[in-house]
Amino acid sequence: MSDLQTLEAEITAAIEAAATEAALEDVRVATLGKKGSVSEKMKTLGKMSPEERKEMGPALNGLKTRVADAIAARKEVLKKEALEARLASETIDVTQPLRPAPAETGHIHPVSQVTEELCAIFADMGFSVAEGPDIETDELNFTALNFPEGHPAREMHDTFFFNEKENGERLLLRTHTSPVQIRTMRTQEPPLRIVIPGRTYRCDSDQTHTPMFHQMEGLVIDKTTHIGHLKGTLEEFLKAFFEVDNVELRFRPSFFPFTEPSMEVDVKCDRSGAEVKIGEGDDWMEILGCGMVHPNVLRNCGLDPDVYQGFAWGMGIDRLAMLKYGMADLRAFFDADVRWLKHYGFRPLDVPSLMAGLSR
Amino acid sequence: MKFTLSWLKDHLETDASLEEILERLTMIGLEVEEVTNPADRLGTFRIARVLEAEQHPNADRLRVLKVDTGDGEPVQVVCGAPNARAGLRGVFAKPGDYVPGLDVTLSVGKIRDVESFGMMASERELELSDEHDGIIDLPEDAPVGVRYVEYAGLDDPVIEIGLTPNRPDCAGVYGIARDLAASGLGALKNPQKTHLNASADANVSVRIELGNNIEDCPAFGYRVVRGVKNGPSPKWLQKRLIAIGLRPINALVDITNYLTFDQGRPLHVFDADKVSGDLVVRYGKKGEELIGLDGKTYQVDETDVVIADDNGVESLGGIMGGEVSGCDENTTNVIIEAALWNPLTIARTGRKLGISTDARYRFERGVDPAYTMEGLDLATKLAIDFCGGQPSEAKLTGEIPQSHRVIDFPYSEVKRLAGLDLSHAEIKAVLTMLGFWVTGNSDVVKVAPPTWRPDVHGKSDLVEEVMRMVGVDKVPSTTLPRMEPVSQKVLTTSQVRRAHARRALAARGMDEAVTWSFIPAAHAEIFGGGQAELKLANPISSDMSDMRPSLLPGLLAAAQRNADRGFPDVALFEVGQVFFGDGEQDQKVMVAGIRRGTASFDGAGRHWSGNSDAVHVFDAKADAEAALTAIGVAPDKLMVFTDAPSYYHPGRSGALKMGPKNTLAYFGEIHPQTLEDLDIEGPLVAFEMFVDAAPQPKKKPTKSKGAFVAPDLMPVRRDYAFVVDKDVPVEKLMRAARGADKALIVDVNLFDIYEGQGVPEGQRSLAIDVMLQPTKKTLTDEDIEAVSAKIVKAVEKATGGVLRG
Repeated sequence: MSDLQTLEAEITAAIEAAATEAALEDVRVATLGKKGSVSEKMKTLGKMSPEERKEMGPALNGLKTRVADAIAARKEVLKKEALEARLASETIDVTQPLRPAPAETGHIHPVSQVTEELCAIFADMGFSVAEGPDIETDELNFTALNFPEGHPAREMHDTFFFNEKENGERLLLRTHTSPVQIRTMRTQEPPLRIVIPGRTYRCDSDQTHTPMFHQMEGLVIDKTTHIGHLKGTLEEFLKAFFEVDNVELRFRPSFFPFTEPSMEVDVKCDRSGAEVKIGEGDDWMEILGCGMVHPNVLRNCGLDPDVYQGFAWGMGIDRLAMLKYGMADLRAFFDADVRWLKHYGFRPLDVPSLMAGLSR
Repeated sequence: MKFTLSWLKDHLETDASLEEILERLTMIGLEVEEVTNPADRLGTFRIARVLEAEQHPNADRLRVLKVDTGDGEPVQVVCGAPNARAGLRGVFAKPGDYVPGLDVTLSVGKIRDVESFGMMASERELELSDEHDGIIDLPEDAPVGVRYVEYAGLDDPVIEIGLTPNRPDCAGVYGIARDLAASGLGALKNPQKTHLNASADANVSVRIELGNNIEDCPAFGYRVVRGVKNGPSPKWLQKRLIAIGLRPINALVDITNYLTFDQGRPLHVFDADKVSGDLVVRYGKKGEELIGLDGKTYQVDETDVVIADDNGVESLGGIMGGEVSGCDENTTNVIIEAALWNPLTIARTGRKLGISTDARYRFERGVDPAYTMEGLDLATKLAIDFCGGQPSEAKLTGEIPQSHRVIDFPYSEVKRLAGLDLSHAEIKAVLTMLGFWVTGNSDVVKVAPPTWRPDVHGKSDLVEEVMRMVGVDKVPSTTLPRMEPVSQKVLTTSQVRRAHARRALAARGMDEAVTWSFIPAAHAEIFGGGQAELKLANPISSDMSDMRPSLLPGLLAAAQRNADRGFPDVALFEVGQVFFGDGEQDQKVMVAGIRRGTASFDGAGRHWSGNSDAVHVFDAKADAEAALTAIGVAPDKLMVFTDAPSYYHPGRSGALKMGPKNTLAYFGEIHPQTLEDLDIEGPLVAFEMFVDAAPQPKKKPTKSKGAFVAPDLMPVRRDYAFVVDKDVPVEKLMRAARGADKALIVDVNLFDIYEGQGVPEGQRSLAIDVMLQPTKKTLTDEDIEAVSAKIVKAVEKATGGVLRG
C-alpha cells in the first residue's frame, strides 16, 4: 500500500469516527486545513520533478476532492442526527388537555335563543318586533282589551298590583304582552304585523307556572285578514319552529275577552315517551290561544271594526322552549343553575337563522 | 261542569257514540277535560250474600263471615263492619281486585290468625259516597253473583267539560244538549210543560229593599208548599248526584242541586216554619253573620246581598243558604226560591267570603232570566212528586228583565271574519237551532240572541256561533300574503344591541341567566331601589316584593346558589329590564355580568398550564368593554371615571362615560360590605351596561368603509418612562402623550408599571411605547427628538411626571 493509500484510509476512518460536527471539523482542519496532512502533501508537489508531478498531481487532487466530499457527506449525516436528537429531546406529551375556549364554555339562555328563533320566523313573514313596559296601567292591560269590570283576572289573586296612588291610579305588572297591541294600534297606521316578546307576570307558582314567564303575542291588522289566514300563519309558524315537515293543528272554539271569535289551538303530538314529539302520534296538546281581534278592542284603539280586522295570538315562549328542547320544569328557567344552563343553553355562535336552520 | 252520558240523553235524542259526542263537545267549544266510567274501576265487584256471621275468636270487633259469591263454594271473609250479618246482600271484592277507595289490590290475608279471602265493601271503598258506617246493604232481591255495576246502573260515563266563562247556558245539561243538537248531533227533546194547581196559601211575602240598585236582585220568584214529607230522594237522582261528585242530602235539597246541574238554574228551599216574618232581600249590615249550609260562619257587610227575616240573615242570595232555615227530615212546609242576582255582586261576595258553590258559579256567569218561573215550577213539581204536599200560587217580587238586544247582521260577516263560504240559509239555520231569532230576507238580517246567551252582543259573536257549529276545521287555511318580496330588517337598534351583547358575553365564557324581575326589599335598597312605587301590593312572597333597580342582586344571589351547590367559579350575565321608577321611561334595558371565584376569561380553577387567579376588577372592565364594543361603542373613545355606585369597591371600580353626564357602563369589584349585607361570599366582580344610553347610530348614505391607504413609510417606535405621583391615572398620561402630536403619533401603549427601588415613595414609573407613523418623509433623528420633546412636555404639563433618567 502506498503512502497516499494509507493516508486516505486513515482520513476516511477519522471522518467515519467523527461523532459530532465539531470532531468532523477537527478532521477537516487536520486534513484540508493549511497545515493539514493533505495540504502538506499538496505543498510537496512544487518540489517534484515534472514526471513525478504528472503522476502525483492527479493522485493528490483526487485525494483532496474525495476527502472534501467525504467530510461534506459526513457533515450531512451528523447534521441530520443532531436534528433528530434535538427533536427527540423536544418531544411534548400532546395528550395534555387544553383549557376549553371561552366561546365553548359560555351559553345563551333557552328563552333568548327561542325568542330569536321565533323572531327569525316571523321576520320572514313580515312581522316587526314590538315591545312595551312591564309596569302597565289597568286601562292598557285590561280595559282597552275588553276585560269586563269584575273579571277575575283583575283581582289581587291573579295579578300583581302596585299600591294605589293618591289620584286613585293603581299600576300593575302586565299579565300578558297584549297591552303592546293597544300601544301599537294607537300609534301606528295599519296594515300592522307585529310580534311582541316579553316578560309577563301572574300570581301563580307550581311546576308549570312561575310568577314571571315569557310570552310572545302576535297581531295582524289590515282590511282583509280572516281566520283562514290565522290558521295558515300558525301552521306555517309551528312547522318552521319545530323544524318538522308537517304539523296537524286542531282549532277549538274558546273564549278570551280581547278576541271574537276566539280559539285554542292544539297540536298533534306523541306524548308516549319522556319527551313530546310534535308532528307524530295521535295525542292533542294545547299550545296557544288566538282569535280575531275583538271589535271593542279595535274601537278602543280608534279603528273602525267594520273597516279594519285581523287576528291576534299569544303563546308562552318558555313553554315552546320546553316542548322543543325537553325541559321538564319551568322553575329551573329562572334559577341560573350553571349545570342547567350548560345542559340546555346554546353555543354563542349558533345564531338562529332560517337559512342555516333554526337549530343544529 | 260534570254530567253523565245517560243524563245528557234525557235531553238529547242521538245515535252518536260516546267518542263522537266527546269529539263534538270539544269542537264546539265545550272542551272535554275528563271522562271516567265507574264501571271501569268497579267492574270486578259482584253481589254476594252473607250466609253466616260469627264472632272472630281473637277480636271483639271483627266477625268471620261465610259468603256466597255465586261462584260455588262459600268463601271465608273477616269483616269489621257493624252491620255485617247473616242474610245481608252486599258487594264482594275478591283477592286480585283493586279497591279504589282504599287504593289497594286485595290479596288473601290473615287477620288475627283467621284467613280472609276477600272483603265486603262499603260505599266509600268503592268511591260511591262518603258512607263508611257499614258495608253496602242491598235489598233482598239483589241477585247474587251479578256484577254490581250492572245491578246499580253505574255503567254510565261521567263527562267533565271545561266551561269558558262566557257560556253560562252550558252550566246545565239541557243547554249542552241544545248546543250538540244545533251542531247536528241529534235532536233536542222538548221539555214537558209543568202544570200545577194551587191548593195552599202562600202566606209569606217577599220584599226587595235594595234602593235603586234593582239589578242586584231584579226578580224573586217563590212558592210555598205545605205538608211535604222530606226524606231521601229517589235512587236515580241520588245516583246522578253521586256520579258528578255531589252528596245526596234529602229530597228537597237534592232537587235544588239537581236543577242547578240539569237546567243551570240554582234554587233555594227554606223551611217555612223556621222563617219568622217576611223575607226581605237587602244588603247586609256590619256585624251580621250567617251560619251557612256548610256549617261555617260568615260575616256579611253592606256590600253583600242577603235574604233576611225577623231573626236576621237567612241566606246569602245566590250563593249559599243558611243552616238555620234549611230543610231536614222534619220539614213540612217550605218556601221554594227562584231569584235573579247581579253577577258582579255575587262574584264580589263569593270572593270576599271565599265561598265557591255551584249556585255562585252560575249566577256570576249569568242565569237565564226567562227561565226563572219555569225553574220554580219544575222544582215545585219534583218536590210534590217526591215529598207530596200542596203548592201555593207562584209569586214574583220584582220583574223579570227583558232583553232588547237586536243585532244587524250582514251574512257577509261570516266570510269577512271567518273566511267561511256559507249560504244565507245555512247561516240562518245554525243560528235558529241555537235559539236565535233571525228576521229579514235581505243580505242584512236582524238577529235577537236568546235570553240564555248573555255573552252575545255583536256581529263577531254571531260569526263565532256559526263557525263553532259548522266547525273551525271547515275554515280553509290561507297563506298570509307576503308584504315584501325579501323580508326586511325588523329589529330595533336596542333589540339588535341586546342580541349582539348577549352573544359577545357568552363568547367570553359567560352563561346567560334569566332572574326574577322582583327581588327582596333589602336587596333592592342596597342597589338604590326599594321606592314605595316599586313595591308590589301583593307579592307572591317576601323574596319577590320589589322591582329590581339592577340586574346584579339576582346574579349575585345566583352565584351564591351555584357556589352552595359546589360550583364556586361561575361567570353569569343577564340582559334584561331594571326599574328606576314606575313610569314608562323609568324602565331601562341593561346588560350585566358577574364573575366569581377564579372564573376569569381564560378559564377557572387549576390547570397544568397555569392556575387562574381570583377574579379582578380588570376582568369586569374587559367584560364591560366587550359588551360596549358589541353594541357599537369604541371603549377607547369613552372616559373612565371613578364614581361607580356605592355597591362597588370605591377604589376598584369605574364608570365608563360618554361625556360627564352620560354613563354607559360601570365595572368593579363588589364592595365587601355589599357582599356581607347580601350574605354572599366573594371574590366577585361585576359590570353593568345601559343598552340604550349610547347614541343611535347615524344613518349613513352608504355602507362603504372608505378606501384603505397603506402608509409607504415604516413606523418608528420609541419608549419613554415617566415618574409620576401614584394618584395620577394612567389614562391621563396616555391621553397627554397621544395628544402631543396628533399627526405623527398613532398609538401609545403602556408596557410597564413599576414602584419600588429607584422610584421615590408615593410615585410610580409608567413606561409607554409610542408609535410614530410618518406619511410624507422618513423621520430624521432631529424630527424624532422634536416629537420626544413634545411628548415629555405634554406629559409633564398634564401629570407633573418627569422622564425617568
